Amino acid sequence: MIRVTLPAHLRTLARTGREVVVEAAGDPPTIRTVLDALEGAYPVLRGTIRDHTTRQRRAFVRFYACGEDLSQLPPDTPLPDEVVTGREPFAVVGAMAGG
Amino acid sequence: MAGVRILVGTAKGGFILRGDERREHFTVEGPLFGGWEVFHLAASPVDPERLYASQAGGWFGQIVQRSDDGGRSWNPVDNAFVYDGEVGDHLFYDGTPQPWTFQKVWHLAPSLTDADVVYAGVEDAALFRSDDAGASWGELTGLRQHPSGTQWQPGAGGLCLHTIVQDPTDPGRLTVAISAAGVFVTEDGGASFDPANRGLQSGEIPSEQAEVGHCVHKLAQHPSRPQTLFMQKHWDVMRSDDGGGQWTEISGDLPTDFGFAIDVHAHEPETVYVVPILSDSEHYPPDGALRVYRSRTGGGEWEPLTRGLPQEHCYVNVLRDAMAVDTMDECGVYVGTTGGTVFASRDGGDNWEAVVDHLPRILSVEVQTLP
Repeated sequence: MIRVTLPAHLRTLARTGREVVVEAAGDPPTIRTVLDALEGAYPVLRGTIRDHTTRQRRAFVRFYACGEDLSQLPPDTPLPDEVVTGREPFAVVGAMAGG
Repeated sequence: MAGVRILVGTAKGGFILRGDERREHFTVEGPLFGGWEVFHLAASPVDPERLYASQAGGWFGQIVQRSDDGGRSWNPVDNAFVYDGEVGDHLFYDGTPQPWTFQKVWHLAPSLTDADVVYAGVEDAALFRSDDAGASWGELTGLRQHPSGTQWQPGAGGLCLHTIVQDPTDPGRLTVAISAAGVFVTEDGGASFDPANRGLQSGEIPSEQAEVGHCVHKLAQHPSRPQTLFMQKHWDVMRSDDGGGQWTEISGDLPTDFGFAIDVHAHEPETVYVVPILSDSEHYPPDGALRVYRSRTGGGEWEPLTRGLPQEHCYVNVLRDAMAVDTMDECGVYVGTTGGTVFASRDGGDNWEAVVDHLPRILSVEVQTLP
């Protein structure tokens, strides 16, 4: 089970708390499979984190785990063990922007 | 409850202003979807309790929300606006090809005849339709794939489809407007479109008789005269009496014919309202005085309406979707400003008062007249 933390606007949209738990496919799960699982559990989040068509991460969204920025890694990058085992969350973050 | 419901989209959320039958007392609800741009809130003419909201933001993209209880509760519907077929290119500001890329929904137009049908005008310019109240969207490809599409260029606000006018006598006839491509008409429900820009002259483009490339800001129509369309263009106020076949200028004695919003009196098809703005770089009213102008002659001759509107130190704008009329016996007129005020007139524009002040920048105003 993967713990995923969401930014405030996406929590409101998904009507959930700060952290959700999803079952991501793959061994080990990857950035792509955890996002697939998240969108599967909360369809309203489709298009808000990744573009509907290109599946690219939206420009002002970032992914963090274990104090590391995973945003620029390929989507098929395996998640860190700490995330896979549930000791650390996979964080979806709205970038600080706006002046 | 009889009265009016004003739907206000702003840069930081939506607001619903509920007014009594006399339009004297309003409650203000909101912000809905606080922190997000709500470009447009629109109601179904068939089912007044069914509302739609275009909710967008730079961080998390586009959301569309629907209410089936007059705005008391909302649920997200489909937000996948995916261009159909080969996407292709339009032109960027600098004239270079640029792939069509979905940005956001500018305008929602619920069908006049079917509560489950709703149209969406989007940036980059395309027209989408839902037959299931927003649960899924499909592109009406005849517009974007018109041969001229490769030559369309954005206006300053983007390549946006901001106006969808439905013919109340023919559900298959839609007139849409795109900045800065112009007006397009379909007679077959969106399978094919033709440009409808003859008579528009835009000094900003090389050919003043160009088929496309005109920066049309807004269209308005009176339901009793679907062949008559009024237009606020970038510069020039225009009218057509043959459904967009030919346009003639009606700017007449306006102090400036630049502006964004235009609308028609609910009961007088030749009474038209505009809000003149100083220029295309000075987006505020002349003399720092907010004046709505009214023509009772279908254009040409205009009178300033000032009573109750700020007449000094006023430097706000009224954006293209931020004017609306109700259908009460004495027509109400409503404008929303970039300064966050909604002004209302209960008497066709003679007298105005602020319904609410200090909202975020107002992007759109629609009004429902409730039985």
